[in-house]
Amino acid sequence: MKAKTLFDKIWDDHVVYSIEDGPDILYIDQHYIHEVTSPQAFNGLEERGIPVFRPSRTLATADHNIPTKDQHLPIKDELSRLQVEKLTENCRKHNIRLFGLNHPDNGIVHVIGPELGFTKPGMTIVCGDSHTSTHGAFGTIAFGIGTSEVEMVLASQCLLQTKPMTMRITVNGDLNKGVTSKDIIMYIIAKLSSGGATGYFVEYCGNTIEKLSMEARMTICNMSIEMGARGGLIAPDNITFEYLKEHSKKVKQSDWESTVQQWKNLKSDAGVKFKREISITASEIKPMITFGTNPGMAIPVDGFIPGSGEMDDKGGDASFIKSLDYMGFKPGEQISGHTVDYVFLGSCTNGRIEDFRAFASIVKGRQKAPGITALLVPGSKKVEEQVKKEGLLKILNNAGFELRQPGCSSCLAMNEDKIPAGKYAVSTSNRNFEGRQGPGARTLLASPLTAAAAAITGKITNPVELMNN
Amino acid sequence: MSKEKFIILESTCIPLPVENVDTDQIIPARFLTATTRQGFGENLFRDWRYLKDGISVNNTFILNNPSFSGKILVTGKNFGCGSSREHAVWAIYDYGFRVVISSFFADIFMNNAINNGLLPVRIPEQNLQNLIHLVQKDPQTNVRVNLEAQTLEIPATGEIIGFEINRFKKECLINGFNDIDYLINARNKIVEYEAKKGLTA
Repeated sequence: MKAKTLFDKIWDDHVVYSIEDGPDILYIDQHYIHEVTSPQAFNGLEERGIPVFRPSRTLATADHNIPTKDQHLPIKDELSRLQVEKLTENCRKHNIRLFGLNHPDNGIVHVIGPELGFTKPGMTIVCGDSHTSTHGAFGTIAFGIGTSEVEMVLASQCLLQTKPMTMRITVNGDLNKGVTSKDIIMYIIAKLSSGGATGYFVEYCGNTIEKLSMEARMTICNMSIEMGARGGLIAPDNITFEYLKEHSKKVKQSDWESTVQQWKNLKSDAGVKFKREISITASEIKPMITFGTNPGMAIPVDGFIPGSGEMDDKGGDASFIKSLDYMGFKPGEQISGHTVDYVFLGSCTNGRIEDFRAFASIVKGRQKAPGITALLVPGSKKVEEQVKKEGLLKILNNAGFELRQPGCSSCLAMNEDKIPAGKYAVSTSNRNFEGRQGPGARTLLASPLTAAAAAITGKITNPVELMNN
Repeated sequence: MSKEKFIILESTCIPLPVENVDTDQIIPARFLTATTRQGFGENLFRDWRYLKDGISVNNTFILNNPSFSGKILVTGKNFGCGSSREHAVWAIYDYGFRVVISSFFADIFMNNAINNGLLPVRIPEQNLQNLIHLVQKDPQTNVRVNLEAQTLEIPATGEIIGFEINRFKKECLINGFNDIDYLINARNKIVEYEAKKGLTA
């Protein structure tokens, strides 16, 4: 048999029918929906007078526009409230399971899917959200779709898709101190540029990736879209199976073992050719931070702002200059030491328990800098609970921080968690686009460690300077 | 929603020579709270069209320049990157555009565009730069987009540039078909697939 990539194996297994000279009808195992990109899809079904085809294969949560304070009260913003109510109504009408606001399992869609054991190896997963690529960490084909496609999945449990090309990114070696999986993916994006993987689906491998926890792997797959890739995936291994065992409900031991045996086949065959191969040495990676207005514009925290000619393919001169103007930076300037106004810990990229542990490890026994406003937003109710249970809340409170309630929050600033115009925010989220965190806001993407270092010093700081031993 | 049929379109163009235009610029997240598809055009490129106060018109932005008008947006590479929000396409379409020309598009944006009858036309970078300069110099420059022939013609220069599009998607655009109609009609095949794989509904 012809050698196949993991991506090809999962894809081929889900092709219902291949249209000659056209796309494939691809079966979708798991569909996640949220309040912002689903209402128009349900309207479409109603206009056609058709039901949801397979309601048990769709799960819903409210996460994008919800407040992160006083969630027990009605949502103040009328349009946001209506949107959340519309989701509740649509789920009730179409018999879809909803983990809505105030549900004990509520949270960001890409945090709760894995956390509640719904995301499993070998699946095809879609959601009307580009960061659906997160679920690829479990060896799935997971990608973001538009609302018309949400409607298609609701109507048929399928999509018409053209198979993307495959790329393999191999990372080998030991990581430097202070370098997290966020820094790995930011380094990769900076290398490839924000459009460098367009048209591809990426498989991440190598011994650096194999050593990462599931949460760290999710951070990597999550940001695949930031270099244009449709998604990213990692072959499942014992770390994956251990995570799944802990997060799956009511599985019989015998069933479990046979399922794991099947999952073990989910890997790229030896000798298989990828359309594109990239190889990275882990020791080259330092803690990273963005300086511009797309995620490809990133440098090491101890680096200098480059000039337009110094980076490959970061946009033409005019776009590069426009970007630095927006950020208020000049070429040649040292980025560390620059004043920071806001810090945001959270999002589907870095809003999990390990991210809170990392942040707490830096702020423990220290005090938040006086000029810093911090938004610490857990990715889910479960993460929020765990932060309290492990005593992290006490560490955070003692250092002058407060904890918010779960949601997407400042990552896209649909709710009131906006960064004011002109202010600098070190953010653990995924996008530093103009106005992403509020009109005029200046976002500097970084890891939870680097965000914590900024929160303590009030400046862009290499987290290594604040790390023990 | 049934789509308008797309065959040939001839129009002047609006040049936006910015690269990596993300969907947050096309339609900022704070305008995504609507539950219908209508009315997004008024907030297209909202934060570029207005000054920092959010009310005063930014006269330097191309959409506010009365010399330029038309149904074709000509823009820099990697257009539509970032968020999967289809609202970006709804905003562009609602504003009046029917074609976007660039040297490459983000994947999700491209699917969303075609699903709504907005034609993304991908041409080589050099052709794109030439077209942008031409339009900037003479806002009356007409471009003829022929989907059937898969060509972009510039009568002023006599230039004809070919473009690629998936044959199935092309048929859908020309006939105003939706993927969803195709999928609903394929339900028998889908049910067979489920049975073969032992999937429970």
